Amino acid sequence: MIDVLNSIIVLLNFIIIPGISYGSQLALGALGVTFVYAILRFANFAHGEIMSFGAMITILFTWFFQSQNIGLGILPTALLALPIGIIATIILCIISDKFVFQYYRYQKSVPVVLAMVSIGVMFVINAIIRIIIGTETIKFSDGQKFIMKAKQFKVMTGLNEGLALKSSQVITILITILLLAFTFWFLQKTKTGKSMRAFSDNEDLALLSGINPDRVVFTTWIIVGVLACVAGTLYGLDKSYKPIIYLNLVLPIFASAIVGGIGSPFGAVVGGYVIAFSEIMVTYAYKKFFVYLLPSSIEPTGLVQLLSTDYKFAVSFSILVIVLLIRPSGIFKGRVL
Amino acid sequence: MMKFERYEWLAITIMISLFIFVGFIQGWSVSLVILNMCIISAIMTMGVNISWGYAGVINFGVMGFLAMGGLAAVLVSYPPIAESWQAGGRGLGISFALLVVMVIAVIYINKKVIQKRNRYILNSLIIFFGILIIRQFYLNATHNIEDVNPAIAGFLGGLGLPIIFSWIVGGLFAAGVAFVIGKVALGLRSDYLAIVTLGISEIVVSVLKHEEWLSRGVKNVIGLKRPVPYEIDLQNAEWFINLVSYLNSSKLNNIIDVSDRQQVLNNLIIDGSGIFVKLSYAILFLIVMLIIFYFANKAQLSPWGRMMRAIRDNETAANAMGKDVVKQHLIIFVIGAAIVGVAGAMLVTLDGLFTPSGYRPLRFTFIIWIMVIVGGSGNNLGAIFGGFVIWFSWIEAAPLTTFIINQLTIGLEPTNALKLHLLDSVPYFRYLFMGLILLLILRYRPKGIIPEKVRHS
Repeated sequence: MIDVLNSIIVLLNFIIIPGISYGSQLALGALGVTFVYAILRFANFAHGEIMSFGAMITILFTWFFQSQNIGLGILPTALLALPIGIIATIILCIISDKFVFQYYRYQKSVPVVLAMVSIGVMFVINAIIRIIIGTETIKFSDGQKFIMKAKQFKVMTGLNEGLALKSSQVITILITILLLAFTFWFLQKTKTGKSMRAFSDNEDLALLSGINPDRVVFTTWIIVGVLACVAGTLYGLDKSYKPIIYLNLVLPIFASAIVGGIGSPFGAVVGGYVIAFSEIMVTYAYKKFFVYLLPSSIEPTGLVQLLSTDYKFAVSFSILVIVLLIRPSGIFKGRVL
Repeated sequence: MMKFERYEWLAITIMISLFIFVGFIQGWSVSLVILNMCIISAIMTMGVNISWGYAGVINFGVMGFLAMGGLAAVLVSYPPIAESWQAGGRGLGISFALLVVMVIAVIYINKKVIQKRNRYILNSLIIFFGILIIRQFYLNATHNIEDVNPAIAGFLGGLGLPIIFSWIVGGLFAAGVAFVIGKVALGLRSDYLAIVTLGISEIVVSVLKHEEWLSRGVKNVIGLKRPVPYEIDLQNAEWFINLVSYLNSSKLNNIIDVSDRQQVLNNLIIDGSGIFVKLSYAILFLIVMLIIFYFANKAQLSPWGRMMRAIRDNETAANAMGKDVVKQHLIIFVIGAAIVGVAGAMLVTLDGLFTPSGYRPLRFTFIIWIMVIVGGSGNNLGAIFGGFVIWFSWIEAAPLTTFIINQLTIGLEPTNALKLHLLDSVPYFRYLFMGLILLLILRYRPKGIIPEKVRHS
């Protein structure tokens, strides 16, 4: 019985908790991509850089608050700077729309052209970030690092295996729940949300019913800005901030959005968790888990690992390809908010 | 034979004069280094341009195809390592044979079993157990190979042939990968296809990074043989010394002192050998570029090229006219990728080393796409022009930025924090330039600097 408990703790510690927090970050990112896709109808390659930009502004203000000795006690100071980062990200989104995307929307350009344009935006934001903050890895989480340390847990329960709970993980999960609840409430219950859904379902019909497209697009960018900044900051808080990483993060985010069914917000969230869990589960070495469960005579000798961790990144893409082959519209039929 | 319009001659003149300008300002060595990379970039751009410009098939997997070309350069030119083959050759052979058996079994089942559910179950069972069995042989063999003299070897080596063959092999490798990708993904909508090819290219690179038995992974392969002479051999070669002294005879004759003259001659020979090597590369690359350019143009003007444009402009209509759109898409995707693969092998040949971790999408996929868009999709000369101009500005962005920053901050003292920070971030301004160039071109000249010629015939 103790062994079963131990093995469950191993799973919790190494798969479930990291999976949920990484999945939440992906889900928020994928939700942003999905919003752009459903309303503006293009694949936004700049999304990773927008996330990075939000995280960067948050970091800058975190530093400022730290130098002024303003803090939140046990919570990371970044949470205090987050609203400022969100506002800056929204401004960035709206500026890029006004100066870049809007023209092509009025021209009714094909999605591929808009995707190319978003690559241009990606380069520009990328350059701005690197010019302002450089390319170094930055750790900006302060406050209490762990809610529960592995050792404490062992003492508390008397089990062999420890369960560590980082505060960044808990913060990630809580903020994600709040933000997702708010987004879905907004889409389902408010008038603006309903008009957005109508717009994404059938643009012509929505325009005929008197929905102002500029207003819908404006709201979309606000939501995208909030989601991107929060996702970027949470990722940076959890791992560490490195400008280059966000470009690599774009691919798992796209994978999540497409796997869930691009254009469907619920799908994006599910897709985020699917991608995160498969990345972690396929590359995790299950040896420890089986050692507890199986009698010692048939204990595994190897690591019991499906793929080496080097291929973590490839996993998300293999899943994307498989899903596109078997069910091209994604798990949940996409295209409509 | 093709005729160039006046603005096209202008573009060619601009390209040539840029290099002459750099040659006089920064030295001929720098100019030739940039020129070599420009030619390689132009070939990559032509590859992408063929699939995107002719047929509208998007290919964001440039990085992966380049890496395959690079792998070909290693596998063709590196001398074989006998011990590694002894250590793991048999195990690898067995696992590949099993893999082939597995693939055949899957294909057989797909043909014979009609019920969809049974087919899925059988397939997944075969793949699952097949991989379990293959892994046993495979991991053992690769482990043995990687243990052979890991500091300098630790991989299978290559065939030990002249590296110039790898340019063709690189094209074939890339074409093979492209065929598989095309079979899987070409049915997708264009923006999905972009994401999928981008992702698969990442997978290709991560395989090259981590399968050390094949490519030595992150340990890199260095010291690949050159198709051109080495500087040190040139410096001792009689004919080269004579050539240099002949070319500089007027300058040398003005120096009266013999030891001084010898000193000057030696310096000239050292400089000259570097330039000679780069020039030979440039000539080789130029030949390849012109061959590809010639055939690409021929193909574009042929009935096949016309069919491709028809497919690009209206897929449904072309389909209704009896053209096999799926097949043609696959063909052009493979051809484009093959040309990119050739460029990848040339890139590794030029560097003389293979560094899988150096393949990054920003540098090797998106920049190439900027070249295509800026140059003009659907026009091969445009592609070459885009490759030249963008690579040129990518390199010359740093000196230019330093100059601009120095001019702008001329009033500030040299220790000013803002000035120092800006000067520190000079390398990043090139991304800004690239993004701005792309955005401006897409806005004000969406067909590129040298747009496709509309042919009425």
